[in-house]
Amino acid sequence: MATKYHARIYVTLRSSVLDPAGTAVESGLKQMGYTEVESVRIGKYIEMQLTANNEDEAKQHLDEMCDRLLANTVIENYCFELSELATV
Amino acid sequence: MKFGVIVFPGSNCDRDISTVTQGILNAPTRMVWHQETDISDLDVVVIPGGFSYGDYLRCGAIAQFSPVMNSIIEHAKQGKYVLGICNGFQVLTEVGLLPGALIRNRGLHFICDRATIKVERNDLIWTKNYQAQQVITLPIAHGEGCYYADEDTLKAIEDGDRVLFRYSSSSGEINSDNNPNGSINNIAGIVNQKGNVLGLMPHPERAADGNIGGTDGLAMFQGLLTALTTA
Repeated sequence: MATKYHARIYVTLRSSVLDPAGTAVESGLKQMGYTEVESVRIGKYIEMQLTANNEDEAKQHLDEMCDRLLANTVIENYCFELSELATV
Repeated sequence: MKFGVIVFPGSNCDRDISTVTQGILNAPTRMVWHQETDISDLDVVVIPGGFSYGDYLRCGAIAQFSPVMNSIIEHAKQGKYVLGICNGFQVLTEVGLLPGALIRNRGLHFICDRATIKVERNDLIWTKNYQAQQVITLPIAHGEGCYYADEDTLKAIEDGDRVLFRYSSSSGEINSDNNPNGSINNIAGIVNQKGNVLGLMPHPERAADGNIGGTDGLAMFQGLLTALTTA
């Protein structure tokens, strides 16, 4: 029996990679008066619904999808959260 | 001797390439739709500039899974020539034929300009018609052209003399002032280990007809043609 899952995937720039967009947003926030802001890094958030036979299989497929397409591991890291939606 | 120009949905420099290879140099050139898989008739595969698949997710990310890409990898493995310009360079890094990645320009802006570029070596087929250390002027047009590689990868590239083009001043100085997009070590173009795969951000095909400003890029295509027709 397959299970439907909801995945929340976060793709972030590796710390060694410059993020000029993050730097621009950071200075924008500071100009607005939020002087407490220390650093801003901008990444991507991807939501996905998928079905799999079990949680391990879902995680394995998500890892593959992230490694092959959703993230470029030369410049990015990824992580994901998985929650069960329903048994189908 | 035949050129092939890959056409992805969103490519927009494909006809500029064939205008140079077929139109100016009179070399047989075939447009290759990204769904094709038989490219065995081609000697040089050119992946043109543009916005393949809308640059969705990352530049070149989705193009790397086009049906034609496996054939291009095979073509490269056989030692045949692959040239990626601009978006084509991004596709080549995404698919792993070239190391590193192209990220957002340091200054965030899309840059459409002419850049002075130093030719680092002329003992490869791509630059036979240039002098080593010659400074040429080529158009650049990109938002994500900042070359990045981690320390070890960069060392391997530099130690292997695999940087073919660097952004420089008109007198050939390599410094931050003459680095339009923040590329590490001013890198504008690199080759793979064998030297048969070249990726560069500048557009040699847009500098091949004097009527539209500059001919410094023509020598690259001429050099390829001469080398491959006399071989």
